[in-house]
Amino acid sequence: MNAMLEVRNVSKHFGNLVAVRDVSLRVAKGELRAIIGPNGAGKTTFFNLITGFFAPSSGEIIFDGRNATRLTAQQRVKIGMARTFQITEVFPELSVDENVRIAAEVTAGYALSPWLSAERERSVDATVAELIARVGLTEKSKRAVGELAHGDQRAAEIAMALALRPRLLLLDEPTAGMGEQETYQIAGLIRRLHHDESYTIILVEHDMRVVFHLADRISVLDQGALLADGTPDEIAANRAVQEAYLGKAA
Amino acid sequence: MRPGGETTAALRGPAERRWTILAGIWVVLIAAPFWLPLVHGYTSLGSRILVLGLAAMSVNFLIGFTGVVSFGHAAYFGLGVYGAGMVLRYVAPSTPLALLAGILLGGGAGVLVGALICRSRGIYFAMITIAFEQIFYYIAYKWDSVTGGYDGLRGFQRAAINFGVFTLDIKHSDLAFYYFVLAVFAIVAGVMGFLLHSPFGRTLLAIRENERRARFLGISVDWHIWLSFSISAFCIGAAGALYAMVNNFSDPSSLYFDLSGDLVIMAVMGGIRSFWGPLLGAAIFEVLQDYISSRTVNWLFFIGLVFVIVVMFFPRGLLGIFQRRRAA
Repeated sequence: MNAMLEVRNVSKHFGNLVAVRDVSLRVAKGELRAIIGPNGAGKTTFFNLITGFFAPSSGEIIFDGRNATRLTAQQRVKIGMARTFQITEVFPELSVDENVRIAAEVTAGYALSPWLSAERERSVDATVAELIARVGLTEKSKRAVGELAHGDQRAAEIAMALALRPRLLLLDEPTAGMGEQETYQIAGLIRRLHHDESYTIILVEHDMRVVFHLADRISVLDQGALLADGTPDEIAANRAVQEAYLGKAA
Repeated sequence: MRPGGETTAALRGPAERRWTILAGIWVVLIAAPFWLPLVHGYTSLGSRILVLGLAAMSVNFLIGFTGVVSFGHAAYFGLGVYGAGMVLRYVAPSTPLALLAGILLGGGAGVLVGALICRSRGIYFAMITIAFEQIFYYIAYKWDSVTGGYDGLRGFQRAAINFGVFTLDIKHSDLAFYYFVLAVFAIVAGVMGFLLHSPFGRTLLAIRENERRARFLGISVDWHIWLSFSISAFCIGAAGALYAMVNNFSDPSSLYFDLSGDLVIMAVMGGIRSFWGPLLGAAIFEVLQDYISSRTVNWLFFIGLVFVIVVMFFPRGLLGIFQRRRAA
């Protein structure tokens, strides 16, 4: 029973609106899970529930055997959840190096340090350089993130998330608004993180080529409820999913 | 495209170049008493500029480097003024003690107020800072027997500092006083600069840049804003204590929100993304005031005019120009 994340009967109401309805799912260690669904299916809300952006109205979220339902976003970061946002959230006027450095320093517990010993600083330097290299931004590390192309900004954001030493990486539409080449770049990066470094990853994504190319398993949300859950082949053959996406055949 | 990128160049640029610029700034400041007369200035104007520049830099620690706008920082400046003034008037003619009192009174009030308001943001934060400032102003204004009320606190003078082997006579020598002010300025500005280059300082930049991202990295944003507010208040308290010694007088207007506005204007004019910008802004503000107010009582009109011109043509402040050029 190696579940990294287990979601049990989670619902979220906003007034009368039920955004997420009684969703349960399990994500195994080392798995890459994609969450898909038509617009307004509650994917981002579901993501926000997992990451602690707000609390569920009912249900439980178990992270690596530990009940995380009532933990704040910060506490969830500390126990190993890191996320990126649908709209890239970086520190635009700071360099790639500084963006990743802040994440690395906070993770190492230096958020309140007025100075670092030479030894600690070398260790942070090494971590930052290694993370930036991993996402392929070494040559751009001194440039302000806000000046970079969309795909590079996204890569920087992923480097920041990795700096948190997460055990679960949550990516909210990592290729949203990207061109062909950038999508390819980011999909390749996610694939490397999953295959070569065995990160557990949950991915909300619209681009079906990316989803079917990368995912081990796919969960489909529709109108806030879990419609289907299975391997890419099972999902592709699932009639209910086809109807949700294409409308009911007459 | 975002216009950003170059803005923290002052904090980032090539190390060698940064040290050259820093050395240049200190040469100019150390030599000021000698070149000021050549441009029809005088030493005590230099002291005033350093003091108000330090105050504006302290405000900018919050505005420019934490992204939180206070329109009430004259409160902690003024408490520094009164803290130093009251020690000199009632306790002992001791400059170090007066300085310490100003720092502790201004900073202590900042710690308390900061704890109450660090959960607010944006315009609410700014409005509450003004409200608290008015409270301190009215206390100084009404408490005649202690603060001198409307007339301010008089009857004290800055005192010579005895170092044992020699005495620095800041009481009678404007030159000695200038270097005393410069030394305090160097320490306080040095502390702020040092902090901004630390991991803690970078968390403040992170909050300025993107609070949501900062929170999702695990930074306790409210707590860091409170610390930044407190540090800024201690620093401006030091500036206030020096101001009491510049004038040998504690004036209730040093607590008034007009001054808070002036400090923000100085910072914006000089460039809020630049560490040294507010000092340049203070210099322009004070020089304009000094020259124009001897010719017309409407000198504020001209300062307003200059401010509007700067904001229209150099929206990133005067030092922002260099940052932009460096990026190009």
